[in-house]
Amino acid sequence: MEEKDAFPVGGRMRGRALKILLYAFLASYGFVCLYPFFLMVASSFKDTGDIFANPFGLPTRPSLEAYRTAWDLGNFSAYFWNSVLVTVTSVAVILLAGSMAAYPIGRYSFRGRNFLYLYFLSGLMLPIKLGIVPLFFLMTSLGLYDTRLSLVLVYAASGMPFTVFVLAAFFRTLPKELEEAAKIDGAGEFRIYWQIMVPLIRPALATVAIFNFIQFWNDFFFPLVLIQTDELRTIPVGLSNFFGTYQNDWALIFAGLTIASLPLILLFLVASKQIIRGLTAGATKG
Amino acid sequence: MARGSLKRGRGASSGWRLSYVLFMLPAFALYTVFVVYPMLSALRFSFYEWNGLTSVGFAGLDNFRTLFTRYPYNEDIWNALSHNLYMFVVTMIVQNGLGLFLAVVLDRGIRGRNLFRNVFFLPHLVAVVVVGFLWSLILNSQFGVLNRFLEAVGLGGLAHPWLGDPGTALTTVALVNAWSWLGFPLIIFLANLASIPEEYNEAAQLDGANAWQVFRHVTLPLLAPSITIITVLTFIGNFNAFDLIYAMGGSNGGPGGSTDVLGLLFYRIAFAGQDPNAVGISNALAVLMFAVVFVVSTLYLRSRRRGEGMTY
Repeated sequence: MEEKDAFPVGGRMRGRALKILLYAFLASYGFVCLYPFFLMVASSFKDTGDIFANPFGLPTRPSLEAYRTAWDLGNFSAYFWNSVLVTVTSVAVILLAGSMAAYPIGRYSFRGRNFLYLYFLSGLMLPIKLGIVPLFFLMTSLGLYDTRLSLVLVYAASGMPFTVFVLAAFFRTLPKELEEAAKIDGAGEFRIYWQIMVPLIRPALATVAIFNFIQFWNDFFFPLVLIQTDELRTIPVGLSNFFGTYQNDWALIFAGLTIASLPLILLFLVASKQIIRGLTAGATKG
Repeated sequence: MARGSLKRGRGASSGWRLSYVLFMLPAFALYTVFVVYPMLSALRFSFYEWNGLTSVGFAGLDNFRTLFTRYPYNEDIWNALSHNLYMFVVTMIVQNGLGLFLAVVLDRGIRGRNLFRNVFFLPHLVAVVVVGFLWSLILNSQFGVLNRFLEAVGLGGLAHPWLGDPGTALTTVALVNAWSWLGFPLIIFLANLASIPEEYNEAAQLDGANAWQVFRHVTLPLLAPSITIITVLTFIGNFNAFDLIYAMGGSNGGPGGSTDVLGLLFYRIAFAGQDPNAVGISNALAVLMFAVVFVVSTLYLRSRRRGEGMTY
């Protein structure tokens, strides 16, 4: 019996023609997905005149000039560093606080545990951005307006629902015997958690980390509202500013877009399975 | 043995231990202070009238009324809402329809399936604003690659100011949105399809069903869970859309308000407007948006659950 063949139509010729048509369709859409990125990268190595003269193909005289300008004059060095700082810190906070919270929620029963679990979970459906005005007031009154710390706090908080949801499920699967054996050896709660339980859920931690990393790296709305100083901006908002200022220097813009995209594309090449698994887990909750 | 006493401790009847509190506290505090509290505050703010940054009195439902009665809000809100709904329809058909089709094709044992999946997923990975700016350049009426390509192949007549013409701008943005997000429904559908046992398809084929019949009567009902989820998430996502539209049409939903959506309107009222009661009105809009999304999603999920129950 043939493997999954959706086209048990009469005649091998018709089946093959259909298959070729399908591959052609897949390839065309693949092209539609890839070409904009190819264009972005290729154009970033041209100068603007070359872009207008030869828009479709590879650069004839490739140069890093656009990148140099974007990095220095365009302030992308600051944007990049801010994005790295904010994103990495937020993910670190989420992994620590989220796994700590998920631990008792996943493994122990106590009164109100279900409530707490649902409390965190409800955040998955809440459109957090709609609370932006009170959030803006809150940050101002805390003296955190126009600071990167405000972003870290918001990101860490907003990533809790997903993190607790996923990690609680994983913690629950760890056997009780491990814990009991450690307790007999005299280990305290935190040591059990930190030295035994956490290392065992490393794949889940990686998935959660990557998922949150992507969300925070790409976020546009919160820095738009909460950050004012250009030096403190993250890449998405910096890019927006950049796009407005250098509208006619296309090579420069393409360089900026590439700088903004590159880390994630590289991450994807390395960890595509994790990323996809993380998103699938988030959407098929319950 | 020691097992019983492990679950007890202080508060033996409720099962609480100090360690649990300490473990949950940081996450609980962060989430409550920076997510829950602002959202509840938004509700509170919407019931008050404001003058700049201070509230000046209880206003009941006045802010909500203003949204629908005072110019320019009463026009803008319906304008934006119609655009949200239009985008939702286009997205459902193009993004989710194509995503489903691609998922079904890939699931059928295509060679290079993972490579295709990864390629189709790539646009979803980069920031939405990056997508917006990138496509703005591609769609640029004078120098953009799309129009240049049309000219190059002799279809210059089709070249168009895609983003500059109020008649085409919204559809263009909706299509770019579909391009950007397609990877997400794709992987959800793929995961769902992968869980459908091969025997079902084979049994149906042995009964003489052709490919379309297999899809319609075997595959589609079993895809119900992911279709439900994707529909809800698409609705929520489109209703709250902001980043892409900001990047392609600016904060005013240009050209001429033809790409204005509720998210953009909310942002303008809250942060870019002249109204002294900006806080009250914008939060009223936020509460309304949340209510609509919540009600629609809940009704839809409930009706789907009833439907799903019947297919087994």
